[in-house]
Order: sequence, then structure tokens, then C-alpha cells
Amino acid sequence: MALDNADILKIAKLARLQVNADQVDDYANSISSILDLVDAMQKVNTEGVEPLANPLDTHQRLRTDAVTADNKRDAFLAIAPKSEAGLFLVPKVIE
Amino acid sequence: MSWEIVIGLEIHVQLATQSKLFSGAKVGFGAAPNTQTTLVDLGMPGALPVFNEEALRLAVMFGTAIDAEIGKRSVFARKNYFYPDLPKGYQTSQMDDPIVGLGHIDIQLEDGTTKRVGVTRAHLEEDAGKSLHEDFDGMTGIDLNRSSTPLLEIVSEPDMRSAKEAVAYMRKMHAIVTTLGISDGNMAEGSMRCDANVSIRPRGQAEYGTRTELKNINSFRFIERAINIEVERQIDILEDGGSITQETRLYDADKHETRSMRSKEEANDYRYFPCPDLLPIVIDDDYINTIRAQLPELPDQRHARFMEAYGLSSYDAGVLSASRTMADYYEVVQGACGDAKLSANWVTGELAKYLNANDVDIDNSPVSAQQLGQLLTRIKDDTINGKAAKTVFEELWNGAGEVDAIIAAKGLKQVSDMGAIESMVDEVIANSPKQVQQYIDAEPAKRGKMLGYFMGQVMKASKGAANPGQVNGMLKNKLDAMC
Repeated sequence: MALDNADILKIAKLARLQVNADQVDDYANSISSILDLVDAMQKVNTEGVEPLANPLDTHQRLRTDAVTADNKRDAFLAIAPKSEAGLFLVPKVIE
Repeated sequence: MSWEIVIGLEIHVQLATQSKLFSGAKVGFGAAPNTQTTLVDLGMPGALPVFNEEALRLAVMFGTAIDAEIGKRSVFARKNYFYPDLPKGYQTSQMDDPIVGLGHIDIQLEDGTTKRVGVTRAHLEEDAGKSLHEDFDGMTGIDLNRSSTPLLEIVSEPDMRSAKEAVAYMRKMHAIVTTLGISDGNMAEGSMRCDANVSIRPRGQAEYGTRTELKNINSFRFIERAINIEVERQIDILEDGGSITQETRLYDADKHETRSMRSKEEANDYRYFPCPDLLPIVIDDDYINTIRAQLPELPDQRHARFMEAYGLSSYDAGVLSASRTMADYYEVVQGACGDAKLSANWVTGELAKYLNANDVDIDNSPVSAQQLGQLLTRIKDDTINGKAAKTVFEELWNGAGEVDAIIAAKGLKQVSDMGAIESMVDEVIANSPKQVQQYIDAEPAKRGKMLGYFMGQVMKASKGAANPGQVNGMLKNKLDAMC
């Protein structure tokens, strides 16, 4: 499966990655070659094989429902670029 | 053209856990910003989620209550999108293997019939934080207290055909989750929120029309209004020869309109994939059956029992079983006074009136169920009449003390002393020669109505405390003897 340059720009936008115009061809080629490998794997007969959600052959351990964390707001806000009134501040979001 | 409305609802229910879905931070509404967070909730690199077993139990409980298939192996997936109140850049949710599969609930329609509505699935997911758009030096403030709060998203089939059916479905879901106790169901605080998928099609057409999604509707009243205004908008467009754009729209309650939230070119592309930080959740039949065996009496069962055991109408039984707290309250009142109908009248009447007028939930009612039961007992044993009971109720509501003390303090005890009543009756008759003559001259069949005047005078003379049944009987005997 081959990706064209428009696909690369769309993926980059969804992932919020900046891709320079002169790199788009390279990305299209290298990601397409990864998808070629996937195509090869798709040809394997997987009938009767359960889809794999995680390579570890075990299941999720559960946590007891209890409040175990203290309020560490001051420490968390201290490493934020900007904060005010207990809030993290980020560039204005306009919906 | 006649249009058919097609509605499906997605309801987000906040599960009533102590701690978050994936961390040991406290869950709670109204705390100071960012005081209920951990590195996991902040989406710090390397911080790993650990799944809360209570969230699993509550989700499975819901599934068994709506007779759904339970996913014995369910998988968390990442739903990828960027927004500052979602610092990880993805919401941990479920896609292909949800914890709850196909189920159903029954809703009661206005004409008294019952309709079955399919529930496609219900899955576990985490909530995001909150963005505060007030101006902080031209920036947006982020509060992550709500981040990783456990939600159950309940997705219905597109089975509803009117806004009223959608409201009935939402109300029944509210009754179920509050009866199960899996959520406090507080819509004002966002514990239960609803998105509505709405489309229309010419009546008789098999294919669905293009739908729009109405976001974040947070009251029963708004569901109906938002859907109706959106349906009007769609009909106007189609009848003008236009077409509906599939999009997300926001209902603005102040302007009573829906408006587009996201432009088409940013169509959702969430790129779901299994979350590598979480392993599949595996449960067995024993786990499911143990939960099923512990289910409380569900709203439909309680509705039926209230009709059967207490002889209530379907309407009264429906109102009283609409929430667990209301139904529990009613049963305490009923148990205390022994009169099911009187209890139903007071709980759905006087009590509901005060609760609504003061915007108080029944679990915070200043008049306890025991107090109301005691009050009704005093009506039943003829200590007070209905009018005095309303005065006592008002005093109870205002915290004036207990029923018997209020009756004594306000002098509301009904006069059942025959001698005292007789002297009042005699006095009224003696003072009303004109009305007595009219009574004597009237056709016997019309005399019953004319008793009203004398009743009013005697009740007034007794300051409302006379037993109306006794007064009525005595007046009738005395006046008829004069004819």
C-alpha cells in the first residue's frame, strides 16, 4: 500500500507534527515501505487466531478502589511553564 | 411530506467510585483546581495506569441490569485527539471489545404502552479535565481534577421516534443507574450527560437520513427542546431542497438553537488502537453471576410491585419508582402510616411541591420520611384534619420540630368532642335563620349542596379544628329534623 504526499500531510496534521515540504517525499516512501511489510503479513492465514491486544500472555491486574494519592498540586504547578489560581495556563483555546 | 424522526442517545454516566479509573486520586466535584490529580492524571511520560476494580464491578452491574451480554475479555483502546484538557493526547476508552454488549430497556410511553429500546453497548472510559476560558492574561486555564474520572458511556440503538421517547429513555436510564447506585446521577454536576444523534427520513423509507450529533445536553428538559429544534431545522433544510451535513452541533439553551461545533475538514479521525499500557480485562461467569445475584430491585420491578402490593395507579407507581431515593422514601412513609394511597398523594403532591419550589433533592428533604409518616398517622387517627396537616407540614419543612409537638404548639388538634361540636353547630343554626329557611324550602335532593354554607361557618367557628365528618353528619341530622 502506497501513501501519497496528501496522506502524509494529513497524518502529520492529526499528530500535530511539523513536516518540512522537502521531507514529504521521504516520509511517503519510508512509511509506504512499512505498510508493504504489513501487506506481506496480512497474507498470512490467521483463521482461528484471536486478535492480539497485548503481547504479554496475561491479563489486567485490578487495583482496590481507595484514595491513595495526596494533593501534590504545588509540586506539579512548579514544573508547569505557567500557572495561576491553581490552574495550568495554556495558549488560548478557541472553540 | 410526513417525516419520521430517528434518535439514538449516548449517555455518559460518572461511576460512583472513591478513586479515579486509573489512579489513586480522589474523585469529587467542586474541589479546588488540580488538588485531585496524580502524575497519571496529568499524563506525565512514563506514568502508568492501574485499573480500578470498582469501576469494573459497577459496569458489569449495569450490564446485568439491562440484560446485556457481558464482555468476558474487554480491551482498552486509545482514542487520539489533541485538546489541552487531555494532556496525554488520547482518551483511554474501549472500542472493539467493550465491557457491556447488546442489551435493552423498556420505556413507558404517554399512551400507557411500553416500548423496548436497544442498548448497543456500554464501555468504560476516562473523563477529560476542564478548560476555563475566562481570561488569564489572554490564556486558558486548565483544571485536571476531573481527568481520569471513570465514565460508562451507554450507546442506544437508533430506536427512538420522538423527543418525548428520548426523554423517557433518559429518565429510565437515570432511574436504573441511581437504583443500582452506580452513579449519583446528578445532571447539574455533570454526573450524567447526554449526546443525541438525530436524523429524519420520509415516513416509510427504510434507509436512515444523515444524522447530526447534539452535544452535552445536561437536563431532561433540554433533551426534548434540543431535539425538537434540531428536527425543525432539518425539516426546513430538506423541504427547501437542501441536504443535511453530518456534523456535531451544540445546543444553546439561552438562544434556543443548535449550531455547528466542528467544521467538516476536521472530521473526527480518532485512530483508535489497543492501549499498550493496559492488558485485557478478563472476567469469568462466577464473577458475573455473583454480581447478578446481588442486583437490587430494579425500577420496572418496583413499579410493578407498587401497583400490585399497594394498589397504586401505573402513573403514581411510575413517579414513585423513578429514583431509588424517592421509592425508598415512599416506602418508609407508607410503612409508618399504613395507607398507601394517602402516602402516594402526599409524596407526589405536597412534598414534591416543596422540593420543586425550593430546588431540593428528596434525599436532602428537611421533612424526613419518618416525620411525614407520623403526620399522615395523625390524619388517619383523626387527631388532625387535612388542612391542619398542611400547616404542620410547612412547620416541619421549616424545622419547627416533631409532628405531635407542632400540633400541640399550634393548637391544631381536631375537635372531635361531640359536645363542643354540637354547641358550635347549634350556634351557627341559630345565627342563620335565612339560610335555614332556604334549606327547609329547598327540594330534598338539593339540600346536600346547601350544607356547604353551614359547614363553612362551623369550621370557621372552630378555627378549622373541627372534625369535618362529624360536623357534616350532625348538621344534616339537625337541619333535616327541622324540615
